[in-house]
Amino acid sequence: MEQRVVNQNEYVQRTLTNKQEFSLKKFFLQWEWLLILVFLLVLAINTHLSPYFLNGAGLRDATMIFLDKAFIVFPMVMIMILRDIDISVGSTVALSSVVMATLYNNLGVPMEAAIIICLLVGALCGLINGLLIIKFKELSAVIVTLGTMILYRGLAYVILEDQASGNFPEWFSFFGWGHVAGIPFILLVFVLFAIGFTLLLHKTTFGRQIFAMGNNPTASRFSGVQVDKIKIIVFVLAGLMAAITAIFLASRMGSTRPNIATNYELDVIAMVALGGISTAGGKGRMLGAIIAIFIIGYLQYGLGLINIASQTMLVIIGILLIVSVVIPKLNLKGIFSRFVKKRNTN
Amino acid sequence: MSEYVLELKGITKRFPGVTALDNVHFKLRPGEIHALMGENGAGKSTFIKVITGVHSPDEGEMVLYGQKVKFSNPKEAQTMGIAAIYQHVTNYPDLTVTENIFMGHEKVQKITGRLLWKQMHEEAREILQSLGSSLDPKTEMGSLSVAQQQIVEIAKAISTNAKIIIMDEPTAALTARESEELYKIAESLRDQGASIIFISHRFEDMYRLASQVTVLRDSKYIGSWGVNEISNDALIVAMVGREITQVFPKKESEIGEKLLEVEGLGKIGFFADISFTLHRGEILGLTGLVGAGRTEVCQSLFGIMPYDKGKIKVNGREVSIQNPKEAMKLGIGYLPEDRQLQGLVLQWGLGRNITLPTLKNFSKKGWLDERKEADLAKKLAEKVHVKANSIFDLVSSLSGGNQQKVAVAKLLTADLDIIILDEPTKGVDVGAKSAIYEIINDLASQGYGIIMISSEMPEVIGMSDRIAVMRSGRITKFLHKEEVTQEAILEASMSDFSSKDEGEESRKGIEVKQYG
Repeated sequence: MEQRVVNQNEYVQRTLTNKQEFSLKKFFLQWEWLLILVFLLVLAINTHLSPYFLNGAGLRDATMIFLDKAFIVFPMVMIMILRDIDISVGSTVALSSVVMATLYNNLGVPMEAAIIICLLVGALCGLINGLLIIKFKELSAVIVTLGTMILYRGLAYVILEDQASGNFPEWFSFFGWGHVAGIPFILLVFVLFAIGFTLLLHKTTFGRQIFAMGNNPTASRFSGVQVDKIKIIVFVLAGLMAAITAIFLASRMGSTRPNIATNYELDVIAMVALGGISTAGGKGRMLGAIIAIFIIGYLQYGLGLINIASQTMLVIIGILLIVSVVIPKLNLKGIFSRFVKKRNTN
Repeated sequence: MSEYVLELKGITKRFPGVTALDNVHFKLRPGEIHALMGENGAGKSTFIKVITGVHSPDEGEMVLYGQKVKFSNPKEAQTMGIAAIYQHVTNYPDLTVTENIFMGHEKVQKITGRLLWKQMHEEAREILQSLGSSLDPKTEMGSLSVAQQQIVEIAKAISTNAKIIIMDEPTAALTARESEELYKIAESLRDQGASIIFISHRFEDMYRLASQVTVLRDSKYIGSWGVNEISNDALIVAMVGREITQVFPKKESEIGEKLLEVEGLGKIGFFADISFTLHRGEILGLTGLVGAGRTEVCQSLFGIMPYDKGKIKVNGREVSIQNPKEAMKLGIGYLPEDRQLQGLVLQWGLGRNITLPTLKNFSKKGWLDERKEADLAKKLAEKVHVKANSIFDLVSSLSGGNQQKVAVAKLLTADLDIIILDEPTKGVDVGAKSAIYEIINDLASQGYGIIMISSEMPEVIGMSDRIAVMRSGRITKFLHKEEVTQEAILEASMSDFSSKDEGEESRKGIEVKQYG
């Protein structure tokens, strides 16, 4: 009897393939194709509406305007894959830029040092978020970062009161306005970060563990993934990228105020959601979010060119976002087959 | 009116893939305390759920006060005078005692729907006083001890005018004195004419209270006896006496040097004084009733749950284990009990699941080498005989047995010495079971030391070299392969009289948890 059981098991021995087969259907069913389509549509409509849109300089300027908040999209993708959210990033931008400007203008700190401290302040804001979230697991990230959102913005107002601080050194404007070989400096930095974050999320053990945690945090912990550590790193990255946004924004505007970057968190989260990152966590790709940055960016720019009021713009972007979040939830296959059936019966 | 208040005839309840109750009979007389006994998974819980209307039976009939009834929801059972007090007290800790008592049948003024608080508080106080309790009905439920909460639950049953009261292990978390009070309450309810179905793992409870006992085993009705008609031994045989149908492969492994020494491990409120050793090539069975603290001990060894007392030595060196990563570094692996929640990422392919604990091995400075990863995943999946086509097949598409094999394969990627398996064959079909036994024995003969938590007696007996039995957070007995019988295990995991003092003390340990 025992012998038989053993043999039976050897009998079921089979081989598994470890080559992923390429499926054309799967390839074209990716969310990113749809995004590219929408992107082209946005370009086409804009060109149709305004003859100035497709002119090279115009596009380049447009890109420079919306790219500063785009830096925050990269870590936000990771945060949302982890099933969390960070709505304090806009306030972090304000606080870190205000600290930088105050250090330089009022305390005589050299600009280089002020920039480094700005980055540290951003990272610290992220660290506080991360620590609060892992220490108080029963609190959701929305509530924690809502608290710090108000706190960081409040601190910015305390430091600078309701005024602007500018007078940065000449060379500081290079961040916002400089070009390298005809390409805006901010675009170069953006591309570098885009490549870096894409590789980090999709090609490293760190990224793999983020996806594991987003799908099943408990199983990840039982598998030896250091869940708290990863969460903190990701939130620190968010704070750090917010500080980088602060530097570019302050440079482009030539000054900073405590109320800059208001609602940035909403734009950033909209870009991430449109990019196909599941709000339930565990799913999504950096590429989608990157395309979404350009869709929303150019849409805002194009609509501005044809003098559509910013309030109307909000309506349009809101609709776009809702549609994009709803589409993946619809049972497209079911709708399609029902449609086919109806036609057949006709 | 018939002789019985409640009569169940040939009740059968099936769930997909399982028959939870198979032709079960039950008769309850008025004013009787009737004990219902059986092992874990014998079907007691399903049985209660049928009586209380949570489940409707597929076959058989239920006769209540001489009339045939069919409940489609718990509310119907409640209005017919059936109330259940569950093992894990199910209440609203932030609400007051009164609100808990009248939850679902509040007293309201007819037209306006206004809640009649004064009246409810008054009535709550009266019921509590009739139970010999001087609790203030306005206290918050969460601030009460478990014993007091039990009394409130009983008060709730009385407030619904229940004639049949089901108590599911009410004494499990109580001290001896609190239990005694509960017995008195149960007796006074009986004297007032209520019938009580009393479920307990403690023989003491049964002898003290019940006049009749019914035994379930493997979802089947075994028999009903007067408590005085049946001996203790005969009752144990009735509860465990199934034939061992599973075939266990013969194990051929040498027991080698000491791998793991645990000395006086304790965590307040969960377990205390846990000491054992584990050797290379040995399978140590860890058994006991559900809730005896087996999983908690093992999760402490794996760094999931911090312990606050005692020593752990791995390979003779004293270590402190703070998290699973450290545990794995020390060579300890853990197969969790709930593979869907704790073991696997269901939305992922099986290959990625297998490699998750040891991503470091397939990466250079953090960069993943996906080809190397795929090769190893394939090798291990084949080693444990996962039935699938590709390592990219989603784990959620696999059967329970194959999912478990994937979870086991996860342990094989790391460089481990000690493997802890928590209910490795839970929810796994018979075919996959023997495959998993095969794998476990293979691992033992390769020199792994294995701790196997299991509630299934034949499995523990068939697989283990040594068995540690736990009860109420303590190891009550070590049994060697040669001397082990189902009866011996059951006695060590349940009996109160064999080691009275010890039981008393450990329950005090549990008490701390509720007050603290």
